[in-house]
Amino acid sequence: MAESLRDIKRKSQAVEKTKQITRAMNMVAASKLKNAQTRMENFRPYASKVMEVLQSLSSQMQSSMNPLLAVRDPKRVRIILMTSDKGLCGGFNTNVIKATEEFMRSLKREEKEISLVAVGKKGRDYFRRKTTIAGNHVDALGKFTMDLAIEIGNEVIFPFEEAQYDELYIIYNEFRNVASQRPKIVRLLPLVADDLAEGESVFGDYIYEPSDEVLFARLVPMYIKVQIFNGLLETSAGEHGARMVAMENASNSCEEMIESLTLQFNKARQAAITTELMDIVGGTEALAKSS
Amino acid sequence: MADELLLEIVTPEEMVFSNEVEDVYVPGEEGAFGVLIGHAPMLSAVNHGELHFHRSGREIFYAVGEGYAEVTSERVTLLVETCERSDRIDADKVKRRKEELEKKLDGLAKDDSEVEKIKAELEMADIRIKVSERS
Repeated sequence: MAESLRDIKRKSQAVEKTKQITRAMNMVAASKLKNAQTRMENFRPYASKVMEVLQSLSSQMQSSMNPLLAVRDPKRVRIILMTSDKGLCGGFNTNVIKATEEFMRSLKREEKEISLVAVGKKGRDYFRRKTTIAGNHVDALGKFTMDLAIEIGNEVIFPFEEAQYDELYIIYNEFRNVASQRPKIVRLLPLVADDLAEGESVFGDYIYEPSDEVLFARLVPMYIKVQIFNGLLETSAGEHGARMVAMENASNSCEEMIESLTLQFNKARQAAITTELMDIVGGTEALAKSS
Repeated sequence: MADELLLEIVTPEEMVFSNEVEDVYVPGEEGAFGVLIGHAPMLSAVNHGELHFHRSGREIFYAVGEGYAEVTSERVTLLVETCERSDRIDADKVKRRKEELEKKLDGLAKDDSEVEKIKAELEMADIRIKVSERS
């Protein structure tokens, strides 16, 4: 007998406790996910409106109109990477980090200078010693509002206007459904008309107040912030979704383990009883023979 | 054609308002403007300020942040960063926050990057207080 009865029992109780925790985390993640999904729903009308207007104006867009439309030789690239602050969510962060690494490798091959704005602790911790960190927002994802997107947005918009870097990308996990998130890389700056899916210009005969240039000056930063906020929302929903699935799997594994431990326990107990019975039977037989 | 104007106010957090109104007064970038049904299509930048409109005879006020407005002959869509209805604003809280900000502003050098941000928030605080007194 490798393990005593008591050892097996202790182990199975420990697994039972782990299961309770993972179950609880699963349920917490589920409720947070629901929240995050509602926020995504609520954000959609705003985002689609901003896109709609920008698309319809894109035909009039000229790179001279706004510093954020300026196309320069992309020597210095900045990346906003969004990860979660906490672990225990399966491959959620690993996937997006891997995608980022790959992307960075291809940039490095073209001898570009890379700097990173890390949103979320996991991404920052991973890249802290590998790349230049231009900014980070850690422990911000727990509870965030549009303000966070505005802050990050301003942090990347001003240096771009001052030509401190030439291209801006955002990498985050796209929330496809509860079980599936996929890393997504989007170029944010400079904004080129081709990046905006061709929209029908429904604003042809509109009056622009004060002028289309001023509107652009307002819309482009808004678009950047909308994209960032969207990334944040998707990251947050994705994180909870991934955690929910990871914890569900963990709970199931616990259950399987408990089952096999119980089996082991029962076998061991049966073996112990058999041995004892053998002893008794052997003993009585010996006594009967001697008498 | 409907005989009332449809007003939609959208912020990143939610659809704040979507209903028919009699008129709308929007704090445009170049001064406030009013919209009635049948307005020429227009796209306008919106400054932070006071938005108000009439609905079934009552006048309703909102404090809105920056954004823009899309106007068509029967619909006004406002996309703004923030939006609060006058009776939802806690004026005392805003006043306390304002004092806090003013103190902070005094302690900062003029060229500090924070200054702009605080000034913007102060401006918004003034608008919120003004709007809250409207209800």
